[in-house]
Amino acid sequence: MAQYQNIFTRVQVRGPAYAGVPLGQSSTWQRSGGSGFNHLLGKIGDAQIGPFYLGYLGFLSLACGLVAFEIIGLNMWASVNWDPVQFVRLLPWLALEPPAPSYGLSIPPLAQGGWWLMTGFFLTAAILLWWLRVYRRARALGLGTHTAWAFAAAIWLYLVLGFIRPLLMGCWCEAVPFGIFPHLDWTASFSLRYGNLFYNPFHMLSIVFLYGSAVLFAMHGATILAVGRFGGEREVEQAVDRGTAAERAAIFWRWTMGYNATYESIHRWAWWFAVLCPLAGGIGILLTGTAVDNWFLWAVKHGVAPIYPHVFPAVPDPATLPGAPQ
Amino acid sequence: MSLGLRISLGLAAVLAVGLASTFEHPPAQTVQRGYRGTGMVEVFNPALLDAKIAANAIPAAFAPASAEGPKAGKIYKNVKVLGDLSVGQFTRLMAGMTTWVAPQQGCGYCHSADNFAADDKYTKVVARRMLQMVAHINADWQPHVGATGVTCYTCHRGQPVPAQLWFTSPGGPHPEGMLESDVGKNLPAPAAGLAALPYDPYTPFLSGAAPIRVAATQALPGTDRSSIKQTEWTYALMVHFSEALGVNCTYCHNSRSFGDWSQSTPQRATAWYGIRMVRDLNGVYLGSLAGVFPQQRLGPTGDVAKVNCATCHQGAYKPLFGVSMLKDWPELAGPVAAK
Repeated sequence: MAQYQNIFTRVQVRGPAYAGVPLGQSSTWQRSGGSGFNHLLGKIGDAQIGPFYLGYLGFLSLACGLVAFEIIGLNMWASVNWDPVQFVRLLPWLALEPPAPSYGLSIPPLAQGGWWLMTGFFLTAAILLWWLRVYRRARALGLGTHTAWAFAAAIWLYLVLGFIRPLLMGCWCEAVPFGIFPHLDWTASFSLRYGNLFYNPFHMLSIVFLYGSAVLFAMHGATILAVGRFGGEREVEQAVDRGTAAERAAIFWRWTMGYNATYESIHRWAWWFAVLCPLAGGIGILLTGTAVDNWFLWAVKHGVAPIYPHVFPAVPDPATLPGAPQ
Repeated sequence: MSLGLRISLGLAAVLAVGLASTFEHPPAQTVQRGYRGTGMVEVFNPALLDAKIAANAIPAAFAPASAEGPKAGKIYKNVKVLGDLSVGQFTRLMAGMTTWVAPQQGCGYCHSADNFAADDKYTKVVARRMLQMVAHINADWQPHVGATGVTCYTCHRGQPVPAQLWFTSPGGPHPEGMLESDVGKNLPAPAAGLAALPYDPYTPFLSGAAPIRVAATQALPGTDRSSIKQTEWTYALMVHFSEALGVNCTYCHNSRSFGDWSQSTPQRATAWYGIRMVRDLNGVYLGSLAGVFPQQRLGPTGDVAKVNCATCHQGAYKPLFGVSMLKDWPELAGPVAAK
C-alpha cells in the first residue's frame, strides 16, 4: 500500500480538476486559465495547476514589479555597455546603486541614483499591492489572515532597510543596492561600519528565530512524515480528535525531551518563530546608526562583550604618535 | 533506471567533479596567534607551501667588494647616485641589478652600448630614481621595512617591470546619458578578491590620502559621519592587503572590533606605516617619473605605474619571507643624497 513516507509524494490521486469555490457576484475578475495537471510538480505538491485568480491588485502588483525589474535589469545591462555576454556572465556582480551620500534625502538625477529611487518606489508598490492581494484572497476564501501578517513581518524588514532607516539617517545612500553580490557586500560593510552587528541584541534574537525556525520546521516535518503511516498527516482532524498518530507523535517527543507541542500549537510555534525573525531583525537594523553607532562598544559598555587577556604587545595607534606621517 | 534519471545523474557527476576541481587540496592547517576563542589564527595549506617558498627564494649573493680604491663618482662620468661607492662596489651593484632587473636584456637594457654614461635610455633615468627610492625606503621607512630592508629584487624578481603594479582604472566602457553612471564598483574587482566591491581602491587610498577608518569610535551616534559606501572602499583596500600578504584579516585585526587598536596585533602598526610608505613612494618617486616613461609604459588614463602592497609582498606575509638581501648589499642601505 502506498504511504506518505518518501521525500517525494509517491501517490498522486487525480480526479477531475477542481475549479474552487464560486466567486461572489460582485467580483469583476474571474479566475483565468483552464486547469491542467503536471506529474513532476505533483511529486512535490499538488499536481493541479490553475485556475489562476489575477484580480486588479494582482495585475497592478505584477505591473509595478515588472517596472522595477526592468529598471534594475536595464541599468545592469547598461553598466556592461549593453554587452549581452558580459551581462549574463557578470550578472551576480551587477547592481543598481543608491545615490551617493552627498545627495542626502533629495531626489538625485536619474544617472546618479534616481533610477534606484524609482525602483524602490515601484518595488515597494508591488510588494504592498501583493500584500493586499494576499489579505483579500484569504478573506474571500473565508480564511484567517495569518499569511498576510507573516508576509507583513518580512515587509517590515524590507521597509526598514530600504526606506525607514535611510529616512531616519537622512540619506538614501544608507540603503541597500539592488544586486546579488553587491547586497551581500553591503551587508558586510554595514556590520563593519557600525561596529559588528553580532553584538546587536536584536540581531542575536533574529538569528535565534531564524535557526529556531529551521529546527522547528525539521522537527515538525519529520514528525508528521513519521506518523503518516497512522494517518498523522490529517493534521486538522488529529488536532480536535487525537488519534493514534497524534498520541504516538506526542509520546515520541515526551520520551525524547519530556515535552511536546500539540497538533495545533506546533503551527503557532512555527508562525511566531518565522514572524519574529524579520520583526526582531528589522528592529536591530532600525537602531543601527540611529540609536547605536558601534555595537561592539555598546556591548562593552553594557557588560555584554568580555575583554580578553592581551597576548600581543600593546600597539599604540600610530596616528596618535607625535610626528606621525599622514 | 529511466533515461531522464541517468542523464540527471550524469550531469550531477560532471558538475560535482567540476566543482571539486576548484577546491584547495585539504588539509588546511591553522596556527593560533591570538587569545583562544577569538579566531585569531593563520591558515595555510602545507601542500602549497613548497611552491610559495620556492617562488620567494632569493638569488645568490655576489662576493663582497672592497670599499677601498677610487670612488665611482670620480672614475665614471654622469654618476648622480652612489658616487661615493668604490669602483669595485659600484660595478658589483650594477652586476647585481642586471641579474635582478634585466637578466635577459643585460646592461643594454639601461645603457647605450657605446656610451654607458649617457642618459639617452629612459630606463636608466628610471633606474637612477629607483635607486634613490630604495635608499629612501631603507633609511627612512624602517617602521615598515625594519632592518630587513628592500633591494631591487624585492619587487622586480628578475623582470624589468615588476609583476604587481597598478594604474588608475578608467572603469569599463559605459554608456553616457541618463542611465546609471559608473559607480566604481559592482563588477568583479581583482583588487578585492573578485568581490563586487570598488575595483580601484588604490587611487584614493594609495595615491591619494583618503581616510581609511570608518568604524565609529564611540558607542552612541554623533561623532562619525562615515557612510556604508565609504566602508565598501575601505573593505576593498583591506581585501587587497589580505590577498597581497597571503593572510587573513586576523593577521592584523581582532575581527570582533576591526578598528580597535588595543585588540590589534603589532603587524597592524607595521601595515599602517606601509600605507604611508606606499603613498610617499607613489607620490614622490613614481610620480616624479611622469615625463620619463614612454607611452607604452603608462596606464589607460596616462598615469605612471604605481606600487601597492603586492608589489613587494607578492603573496608572502613578509616579502621573500623575511630574508634580508640588504645585508649582502649594504650599498643600498641609504641615505642617498638627493640629486
